[in-house]
This record gives sequence, structure tokens and C-alpha cells, in this order.
Amino acid sequence: MIQGIIAVLGLVVLWLLMSGLYKTLVLIFGGLSVLLTIFILNRMNKVDGHKLGYDIGVFATLHYLVWLLFEIVKSNWAVTKIILSGKIPNNQKLFKVPATQKCETAQVVFANSITLTPGTITVESEDDNFLVHALNFAEGDMEALAEMDARVTAIETGNAEGSQ
Amino acid sequence: MIALDWIVGITSWASIIAGSAFMVIGAIGTLRFPDFWSRVHAVSVTDSAGMLLLTLGMCIQGGFTLITVKLVLIGIFLFITGPTATHAVANAALVSGFLPRGADRTIVSGEKKEIIKPKATSRKRKPSKAKK
Repeated sequence: MIQGIIAVLGLVVLWLLMSGLYKTLVLIFGGLSVLLTIFILNRMNKVDGHKLGYDIGVFATLHYLVWLLFEIVKSNWAVTKIILSGKIPNNQKLFKVPATQKCETAQVVFANSITLTPGTITVESEDDNFLVHALNFAEGDMEALAEMDARVTAIETGNAEGSQ
Repeated sequence: MIALDWIVGITSWASIIAGSAFMVIGAIGTLRFPDFWSRVHAVSVTDSAGMLLLTLGMCIQGGFTLITVKLVLIGIFLFITGPTATHAVANAALVSGFLPRGADRTIVSGEKKEIIKPKATSRKRKPSKAKK
């Protein structure tokens, strides 16, 4: 019930921000579309009652995102240099990276962070490790990915009860 | 007030131009790299740096309006869906048996048996000669 109220409020706020047109008729249409969305959400919940585990702290996640932005800048520069140098990258590698996150959302954050930093892509995700493809594999890459893994694990609040 | 306009103009255009440059660099990399696996990496430059800088520049141009709110939402959605789409493409390539070429062929072929076997039943159309 509380989740439903939060969903309605979130949809109303989203609609008001996206619309920018506050006439009575348009507002009625907006309300109707919110109700339709809630109806569909409720229906889909009966079909698939899968609960998403999201035991991550808000401030820790924001702190992590700032760190991630710097990582993205650094690896972007590295890949840009490879592209503009004209050399064909011949040091590609496919390797496994251990993932120590417990909840699904943190795993998604880690996998997407690997893909978002240019030069590495998560190819396959298993329960406790990811298969990663690197464009230009260097010795320090494993340590860098292990650090990222530790930082993503740190954003979890820790009260996930085996929600894999 | 005029000074503020200058600052807004310079920062926004600097980030828009930088973002466009990263977009072009990503396109150059996509054309220049030899095989599928390295091309995916070139695309991720456009996905991260190009997209972020262009959105940031447009946000600064928009100022404190609803346009900026929409741009921020677009940026958040692309920030999440971009890497997910890249992962989907790469995973589809791996599952259909298209493995990367490179120096570490032994490791790759060692991984291949382990990963591809359970999913091999799901592919029907593609024969084993996965060559681009």
C-alpha cells in the first residue's frame, strides 16, 4: 500500500515536470494516465511478483557516482588515445572478475560501471563473478576492477538477506 | 549580468563541442578498429563521455527551466540504458559463439566450453561458423 502511494506520487511529479502545461483538461488526462499506469503495474505485479533487492544507501551511492565519473574521464582518455594513435589494439583479453555484491541492484551497478568505463565490457554475469572483455589489458587492470568491486560492495547497507 | 552570460555561454559551448568531439572520436574508432569486440569499446566512448558532455552543455544552455529537468531525466536514462544495451550486444555475440580474437586464445577457448555449453541449446539459426 505504501509502495502504491509512493508510486502514484512519483508518477504525478514526473508527469507535472514533463508536461509543463497546466490546463484543466490536460491535468485530467494526466491523472487518467497515472491511474492507467498504476492499473497496469498492479496487473503486472500479479503476473510476476519478483521483488527487486535494493539494499543500497543513497549517500554512499552518490559518493560512488562521483568517484565513477572520475574513472570514466580517465578511461575515456585512454581509449581516445588508442583510437587516435591509429594502432590496432592487439592486447584484447577476456577474463573473470570476482563480484562480491549481495543484492541484485549492487550487482547491476557494478556490471554497468564496468561497461560504462570505456575499455572494459561485462560480457556475461554469473552469481559471484563477471566475464569481462578488455580492449587493452594491462597489469593494473585487475587491481582497478577489484577496487571498483570493493567500492560497490561498500554502498550496500548490509541487511540484504540473500536476495540473489 | 553580462559576465554571467559569458560564463554560461563559454562553459556550455565548451562542453557541447567537447561532447561532439568525443562522438566523432567514437565514430572514428568504430570505423577504424578491426573486429567486432574492439568496435564495441569504441562505441562506449560515445556512450559515456559524448553523451554526458552534450547533456551537460545543453543543461547549462537551458538554465533553471523544465527543459533542464527533461534533459537530466534523459541523461539518467541514457546513463543506465547505454551500458545495458552494450552488455546485451556483447552477450549476444558471446552466446552465439562469436569469440574475440587475440593474444590469449587459450584462455578464451578455455572459457568457451564452460560458458557456451549451457546456452548452446537456445540458438537455433546460427551455425558454428560465426564469422563477420
